[in-house]
Amino acid sequence: MSYEKGREITISVLKFNPRSAVSKPHFVDYKLEETPGMTLFIALMYIRENLDPDLSFDFVCRAGICGSCGMVVNGKPALGCRTLIANYPEGKLQLMPMPAFELIKDLSINTGKWMDDMSKRVESWIHTNEVVDNSKLEEKVDPDIADETFELDRCIECGICVASCGTKLMRPDFVGPVGLNRVARFEVDPHDNRTAEDMYELIGDDDGIFGCMSLLACEDHCPKHLPLQNKIAYLRRKLVALR
Amino acid sequence: MKINYCDALVIGGGLAGLRAAVAAQTKGLNTIVLSLVPVKRSHSAAAQGGMQASLGNSKMSQGDNEDLHFADTVKGSDWGCDQDVARMFVNTAPKAIRELAGWGVPWTRIREGSREAVINAKKTTITEDANVHGLITSRDFGGTKKWRTCYTADATGHTMLFGVANEALKHNVDIRDRKEAISLIHEGGRCYGAIVRDLITGELEAYVAKGTCIATGGYGRVFKQTTNAVICEGIGAAIALETGIATLGNMEAVQFHPTPIVPSGILLTEGCRGDGGILRDVDGHRFMPDYEPEKKELASRDVVSRRMIEHIRNGKGVPSPYGDHIWLDISILGREHIEKNLRDVQEICQIFNGIDPADEGKKGWAPVLPMQHYSMGGIRTKPTGESQKLNGLFACGEASCWDMHGFNRLGGNSVSETVVAGMIIGNYFADYCLENDITIATATVQKALDSQDTYLDEILAYEGSEDIFKIKNRMQNLMDSNVGIFRDGPKLTAAVVELEELLKKTKQITVKSKERCGNPELEEAYRVPKMLKVALCVAKGGRERTESRGAHYREDFLKRDDANWLNRTLTSWPDANATQPTITYEDLDIMSMEMPPAFRGYGAKGMIIEHDLSAKRQAEVDEITEKMEAEGKDRFEIQAALLNYDLPMNYKDKNERVGVK
Repeated sequence: MSYEKGREITISVLKFNPRSAVSKPHFVDYKLEETPGMTLFIALMYIRENLDPDLSFDFVCRAGICGSCGMVVNGKPALGCRTLIANYPEGKLQLMPMPAFELIKDLSINTGKWMDDMSKRVESWIHTNEVVDNSKLEEKVDPDIADETFELDRCIECGICVASCGTKLMRPDFVGPVGLNRVARFEVDPHDNRTAEDMYELIGDDDGIFGCMSLLACEDHCPKHLPLQNKIAYLRRKLVALR
Repeated sequence: MKINYCDALVIGGGLAGLRAAVAAQTKGLNTIVLSLVPVKRSHSAAAQGGMQASLGNSKMSQGDNEDLHFADTVKGSDWGCDQDVARMFVNTAPKAIRELAGWGVPWTRIREGSREAVINAKKTTITEDANVHGLITSRDFGGTKKWRTCYTADATGHTMLFGVANEALKHNVDIRDRKEAISLIHEGGRCYGAIVRDLITGELEAYVAKGTCIATGGYGRVFKQTTNAVICEGIGAAIALETGIATLGNMEAVQFHPTPIVPSGILLTEGCRGDGGILRDVDGHRFMPDYEPEKKELASRDVVSRRMIEHIRNGKGVPSPYGDHIWLDISILGREHIEKNLRDVQEICQIFNGIDPADEGKKGWAPVLPMQHYSMGGIRTKPTGESQKLNGLFACGEASCWDMHGFNRLGGNSVSETVVAGMIIGNYFADYCLENDITIATATVQKALDSQDTYLDEILAYEGSEDIFKIKNRMQNLMDSNVGIFRDGPKLTAAVVELEELLKKTKQITVKSKERCGNPELEEAYRVPKMLKVALCVAKGGRERTESRGAHYREDFLKRDDANWLNRTLTSWPDANATQPTITYEDLDIMSMEMPPAFRGYGAKGMIIEHDLSAKRQAEVDEITEKMEAEGKDRFEIQAALLNYDLPMNYKDKNERVGVK
């Protein structure tokens, strides 16, 4: 089958290896032919295989499920695997690693370490003293509550909300929209016995729920369309009463 | 030399590895998990449709139990599975799902009252009783007698993975990501840990442990067209193979999923068909009932995949720039259902193909084509999860051949296996670490590390004209064309020959950057030879197996040959310089089976070469069953008389069900 030749596109990538004594941050332009349905995953794999085997980036599922490939595309944080080249009529894409995270190399950043710290900080697990015999029927959960918990459990920890966050720029220790959403998620979950006071202990300060300036870039860019605005506002109302 | 000591080392941080780590840590062991990527990004997250467990809560799953789940699993496996393991699995699965509920997995729950569902392309009303309101619900999947697949919309693997990973954090499991095990430390037939490369700094370290458990998932990426994540390269299986001692089981058993979307290969869950979606051809005709009148779109995956390709070969495929495909139509389920229960599917269609599958009529149909999806083969283990050959090495999840899937895995049985195996094998693994101390000279560890260090330097010093990326692409294309859904002797032989050539060529490359860290080409250069060894096990095992069983389909040997091939293929790599694996076989014992070989109930009829003992064992099973039934024995007593199996913890306890005493 023959194809119409695709247009030539330019992908410009900020390259830098902080572990190298000689490396300095610099942009490298790669020119390649666009193919039908080409995403940044396909384009970057092509570049590595054909133009620059030294280019570092992270992909795992390449389907928008695992949250590995957050990067700044023409100034906005997005999942690389879900970024269609066809949506850029100029045919020019500038890629930079997401800010707010430790840089590993080029587009590769250490979101895992950050998310791990966040999870430990908000104690991102079910708190209960109940010992359950799993051979017996499970505890009933109202289907609406289960759905609501699931809605907030859809977060994939991609870090795009953190990279978008104005508060994070001003407060390096800000727990981030992802952390606040996580608290909201456990607040809904009937299996978790934590009280509002317990949640206050975790996030009741300016690096937590009271730090958010409601700029809402987090919700604008969240690839999972999580209701971050509503949930942060709800938590703040609930916790401010305990102040 | 940096040596990290721990009691229990788990390599791989997906569902199976993390659950096994929780088992080890809660038994008081100092446990370390190593993972290529942050563990919540593991490929387990991509499991969409659900987890099989015979809870029997909802209307359409009433009457379900372990016996039905067992029978479905054995039939699905085309009698290739280990029936002891299948029994261990089905009895633990309901406990696993209930445990996960307590760990915060927000399983979709039953709502009392009536709702519309699409069954066999017709709108049907299902009414749930008030007494089950709030219990865990389930959906239909291929090859199952009852609606048994529990789910959280179509993000089941994601919520399960977060639940288990969070639980591991709670128990203070030491999780280290961006760490890659590149060889195992072993001496005298005993595994002592692994040599590990830090993917950030490039540094090599040794991890020494009383027990090592590999849970690195499958080897889908040896194929080009695959639903698997880019990290599913089979390196875990390869480092076990490279010990020269551990064996891999049934590597030729590779599953092709019917409905990845074209061309990206991203999976559209079986839940699409389970919930009532149908397959259409170039004329818009629903063709599956013509081939499979009973199970239709919901026959097992191997059968549906073959029927789709068969139909395309009959000239009924839909032409496209990427070759012919089939349509998947879920628009008949209605927008409301799709936007609630198949939301990720909708997003994938919208983002990658510009299609809204909820749009009515042809506009909403998604192009699909069978692609590699699951590796039934893996590190061959005993029912405890320990390698049959290398002491102290365990494996669980997709990385293992435990073997509950035989030659075909049922949809929903894979995420289920991950956590169930994590529970069962995790406990046996922990007990092994508690009971077995080690003594190992640091000189031995140093030697293992030096050998990898030297190997990496050698790779960087290669000065050849070959390109590692081209070698990898050629391997993947070759596996697709010659070792895919339809196989035959000449194609498989050609594959083995060329894979050997490719393996030799991996030493004739040049790695452009000479850096030991942050060098993706170097990573390919040490991974691709490992992948080729795995691919050779698949291709050679497939060539030798002159029968068709489950997903292994030979056009030159169309029948399932129980008389000659009721066995498990074992591959090993005793000579490091060899270019082919060594193959031996392990017979399956019909006389100890609870369910002797028979027709699966779907797929072509009259395609079995019977084994003499099948009828004999069936008569024996019937006699025992009838006699015990006459004596008033219950199903548990009868089952125990037919096949006895062990389980740790309380996993053998009876599972409570609504309305069942």
